[in-house]
Amino acid sequence: MLKIDALAASIEDKDILRGIDLAVPDGEVHAIMGPNGSGKSTLSYVLAGRDGYEVTGGTATLNGQDLLAMEPEERAAAGLFLAFQYPVELPGVNNANFLRTALNAIRRARGEAELDAVQFLKLARAEAKRLSMPEDMLKRNVNVGFSGGEKKRNEVLQMAILRPRIAILDETDSGLDIDALKIVAEGVNALRGPGFSALVITHYQRLLDHIVPDRVHVLSAGRIVRSGGPELAHELEARGYADVVAEAA
Amino acid sequence: MNLAVAPAAPSLLETRAAAFLARHEGLRARLPGDAAVRAEGAALFRAAGLPGPREEAWRYTNLRALAEIDFHEPLVAQADCAGLLARLPAIDAPRLVFVCGRFRADLSRLPDGVEVVTGAPASAADPARGRLVALNAMLAEDGAAIRVAAGVDAGTLLLASLGIAPQGHAVAFHPRHAVELGDGATLTLIEVATGTGTYLHNPVLSARVGAGATLTHLRLQDEAEGAFHLSTVQAEVAERGSYDSFALALGARLGRMEVHARLAGARAAAHLNAAQLLDGRRHADFTTVVAHDAPATASRQTVKTVLSGAARGVFQGKIEVARIAQKTDGYQMNQALLLSPDAEMDSKPQLEIYADDVKCSHGATVGELDGEQLFYLRSRGIPPDIARAMLVRAFLAEALDPIAHEAGRAALEGAIERWWQRQPA
Repeated sequence: MLKIDALAASIEDKDILRGIDLAVPDGEVHAIMGPNGSGKSTLSYVLAGRDGYEVTGGTATLNGQDLLAMEPEERAAAGLFLAFQYPVELPGVNNANFLRTALNAIRRARGEAELDAVQFLKLARAEAKRLSMPEDMLKRNVNVGFSGGEKKRNEVLQMAILRPRIAILDETDSGLDIDALKIVAEGVNALRGPGFSALVITHYQRLLDHIVPDRVHVLSAGRIVRSGGPELAHELEARGYADVVAEAA
Repeated sequence: MNLAVAPAAPSLLETRAAAFLARHEGLRARLPGDAAVRAEGAALFRAAGLPGPREEAWRYTNLRALAEIDFHEPLVAQADCAGLLARLPAIDAPRLVFVCGRFRADLSRLPDGVEVVTGAPASAADPARGRLVALNAMLAEDGAAIRVAAGVDAGTLLLASLGIAPQGHAVAFHPRHAVELGDGATLTLIEVATGTGTYLHNPVLSARVGAGATLTHLRLQDEAEGAFHLSTVQAEVAERGSYDSFALALGARLGRMEVHARLAGARAAAHLNAAQLLDGRRHADFTTVVAHDAPATASRQTVKTVLSGAARGVFQGKIEVARIAQKTDGYQMNQALLLSPDAEMDSKPQLEIYADDVKCSHGATVGELDGEQLFYLRSRGIPPDIARAMLVRAFLAEALDPIAHEAGRAALEGAIERWWQRQPA
């Protein structure tokens, strides 16, 4: 269970998150929707532990562990995964090596046996196939020369291999055509079940037709102003953020 | 008015140069090889001395620390070399081992199909093209003359230099090698320099690459922490020939690898790639001069430097294009990664172009590890020390990946791995 209480954070003394309360129970998928500048990406970065954000109040725990006290790699080992809105290119770093190093680092931190190259490749190939990724994407440098859709699929591939307890998908739908969107959604849906939950951050309702959330939250000016079932996403799409936010205020 | 002008006290560099000259005077009658080359080297060195910081080519690399040391003759009764031999790459190939600049047949295995002559300096290098080449010419005791006949694929040959200087007995040695490839011949020469103690290793190697021949020259400078490594390569490449070199420097207190490549025949090519990994207070300098002296010649240089601690890296790369050398293609890229705020990189590209139809480009970047990349790796569970190592390796990959010789590349990667392991996390 991801539990966020009164979380407040700023960048360069500018308050972005102004008291977020949110709980994502084990096995559930929640969506966070909101207009640009509402703090969606900041929330994902603060949870993942990126530099440059100051947490000014509140708590965030994953299964009772204090996320905010951990280094980024410790959060990953604890089961947190962030699918980046803009996946980072790593020239000179082979994708398969990167994935294996990450998986084995996490397995080490959890006291599990590392996978050797053969075991790993078998796993990675199977997951890549499930995401309709050409096998040569494993041989290429991480995200270098990947199309927008390939980068997003590579994020989902990492998620599938690292098996997080909670995945935060930060606008994973942006820049995807409908086919890629379906593949990404299938990748997430395949992991759904006990032991996996997700926080899907998106601007549009489109992705939520394919990853149907248990709950939808509306973020505005650094606070969650409304929560509801999947129908809330349709209401936002129909009425626009301005109306819904104004009504909640 | 009578002004008495006292003669200026000799500088440290002058004192050291005088000591080298005195050694030459004492030894010259007994040293083997071409006396005329030796005399020419001595005359040039007597006139010019050791290079000082006011000279353009030596602005960034100061030999003062070297001049402070009193170098002696290497001891004849050598210490045990076993420890140093174990540091050589485990490559199954014939090897020529020099200890303190002297050939050691007992540690060597001569190649088949390659003519090797040792016992005297091999002297194709021009002492007029560098003070240290002149110093080498005047004091060289030994060297290997390696000759591959036309059309022969000579495989791989290891050329190793072990420097051994006992505590309190700094030594200097100046081996002088020559490599000659006949037309269409090929050879991979893997040169490794390592050692213990305080010493000056001043090797000179001349390479003549025949028409359509390819010399692959992989070099590892892994000298002792107290060592000075000042090496010069003079390569001359005939038409359609290729001199492919990669140099990795990660040892020595002060190192400078100078490579002069002359593309003498049409369509000749040179690759002068290098990586320098420097920690502590080490200083390393990679200086190249590529002379395009024939049409349609090509040169490629990718030089990567990684600096930690208070280390200092230098790259100087000069591309000269003669009037006749139309359709020249020259490329030079120099990139440095600073892992510490106290590290420093000096970079000096120079283009001298006298032909009008050429393609020459150069670029230089100096930066730190990318914070976004580091965070991306850490967000995937990778601890920061491993993440940094991955990014440093990735930075070096562009220079290392083109090395086609697998065992050679593996040896260089192994040396990089050991370097990384001695870095504090």
